Amino acid sequence: MRFSEQFESRFAEMLTHYPTKRSVLVPTLLYAQDEVGFLSEEVISELATRLELTELDVRNVISYYSMLTTKPRGKYNVQVCTNIACLLRGGEELLQHCEKKLGIRHKGTTPDGLFSLEEVECIGACSWAPAVQVNYDFHENLTNEKMEEVLEAYSRKARQ
Amino acid sequence: MADLVSHPDEVRVVSKRFGQGATDINRYLALDGYKAVQKALAMQPEAIINEVKNSGLRGRGGAGFNTGLKWSFVPKQSAKPKYILCNGDESEPGTCKDRLIFEHDPHAVIEGTMIAGLAVGAQSGYIYLRGEYRYLLEITQKAIADAYAKGFLGKNIFGSGRDFEVYWHGGAGAYEVGEESALMESLEGKRGIPRIRPPFPAVVGLWGGPTVINNAETLASVPPIIMGGAEWFANLGTPKNGGTRLFCLGGHLKKPGVYELPMGYNLKKMIYDVGGGIPNGRKLKAVVPGGSSCPLLTADEIDVPMDFDSLAKIGSMLGSGGLVVADDTTCMVKFALRIMKFYQHESCGWCIPCREGTDWLKKTLTRFHAGGGIKKDIDNIQYLSENMLGRTMCPLGDAAALPTISIVKKFRKEFEDHLEGKPCPFEKSGAARQLPVFA
Repeated sequence: MRFSEQFESRFAEMLTHYPTKRSVLVPTLLYAQDEVGFLSEEVISELATRLELTELDVRNVISYYSMLTTKPRGKYNVQVCTNIACLLRGGEELLQHCEKKLGIRHKGTTPDGLFSLEEVECIGACSWAPAVQVNYDFHENLTNEKMEEVLEAYSRKARQ
Repeated sequence: MADLVSHPDEVRVVSKRFGQGATDINRYLALDGYKAVQKALAMQPEAIINEVKNSGLRGRGGAGFNTGLKWSFVPKQSAKPKYILCNGDESEPGTCKDRLIFEHDPHAVIEGTMIAGLAVGAQSGYIYLRGEYRYLLEITQKAIADAYAKGFLGKNIFGSGRDFEVYWHGGAGAYEVGEESALMESLEGKRGIPRIRPPFPAVVGLWGGPTVINNAETLASVPPIIMGGAEWFANLGTPKNGGTRLFCLGGHLKKPGVYELPMGYNLKKMIYDVGGGIPNGRKLKAVVPGGSSCPLLTADEIDVPMDFDSLAKIGSMLGSGGLVVADDTTCMVKFALRIMKFYQHESCGWCIPCREGTDWLKKTLTRFHAGGGIKKDIDNIQYLSENMLGRTMCPLGDAAALPTISIVKKFRKEFEDHLEGKPCPFEKSGAARQLPVFA
């Protein structure tokens, strides 16, 4: 299994940061997921071998963290916050609007594999609510109209 | 990049470099950066601890424990290495302040971590950032690399003969990990399940070594204390509540944003003056004073100084400084449900009262809000919540119970208005009836 050079150099560097190998596991899983798209059997087996853990150990950790997934999802994961600060400023309406525009529900993926949708817990944008994260990018102070522009911008980006 | 706001009453201590380009190490140096750590290098460890203790700095993550006192619990001699762990796993709903610190002033956190290390005799520090904050992790990685390149980190820092390493670490999505012992588990590459205490982290922490765990804002407050002195910092706030704090104003406000105000600033003024008041001519109904785990305040309770002790006196908490303001169009049953949905999602499942309690409460509140509530449910919600209190290894159970109990007690009438299959009085189109009505 091959990861990018950047992944490998970061992985090698991180191993020097801690007294135990397994300490690199959580950030490494996320970086691996960013490259492969999801945590496949192959990724899990590879990291388990490298860190001298059982695959079960690795799966145990994966199932705890909400950002980690063992199933493929869309190129752009649209994460709509509906927690209290966003709720009061239209987070739920924004989620419904995304559901309508994308034709998918929570944890669904569009047939073209471009978008996934997720209702998420607080993403730390409470003073700029309602807010959405698309992969790692924040989009804040949203309205339905602004949300459509955001989705359109990602569609355009994918076509280029 | 999040928008910055300002207000004339602000006292900028932690936010003084916001918007000044201080992510650049040279700019940070020009703005008096890394002076405090050099001053601290010339001080005795006890003197640093005393200075921080006397400044009245209290944990900005929510618990509000005196920081200097926490540091003093670390044993002087230890067979195992000691560690500083900076908690940047900001996830308390309503809170978005650490995000701004890392975005605008990452070196202040690094410098604070170094000073904490000098105070307790640790030689390494870890800065843990939540996984969602990837862009901040990148800013922090660069800041650490720049500090190494200048020789501020590593061997023989500032020619003092002392060593200090700082490492970054990223999470992968978990509220629970913001709790100190779960944070250590996560850093060690495990599920973020809390540890039983005692032993406390100051004695047995990361990899068994004594560990100081401080919130990012707490650590960023340390360099100004070393430079300005304990007395100056203490005098900014109220007795035993030194300094300033980043208050995150959100919800139904005209001017939401993160404002740095002195500890003890009046809540009413914070809402109506700093936050610009309630928009659309609406009236205030409820305030979450410091993140979703705090008991809510009603409109009659807001004439209160925002410090740890004043809020404790009226039965709430200052928490993490995340204010969420709700106007009179807000359905408090739905609000309670949304809070419970969050805690049910985030409960790690280790302690049964929290795992079962949050799940049961979420189901009850969901049914209740959808019109399927019976009168007995109202007392049951309170009873279930009260039975979670103090019966879990970490405060997540309490965090779920406290706001719920306060909502049932203070807004009981709204629960009664949902009874007998009545549609939610606050839903524009009437609540969708997803569940059968039992009444």
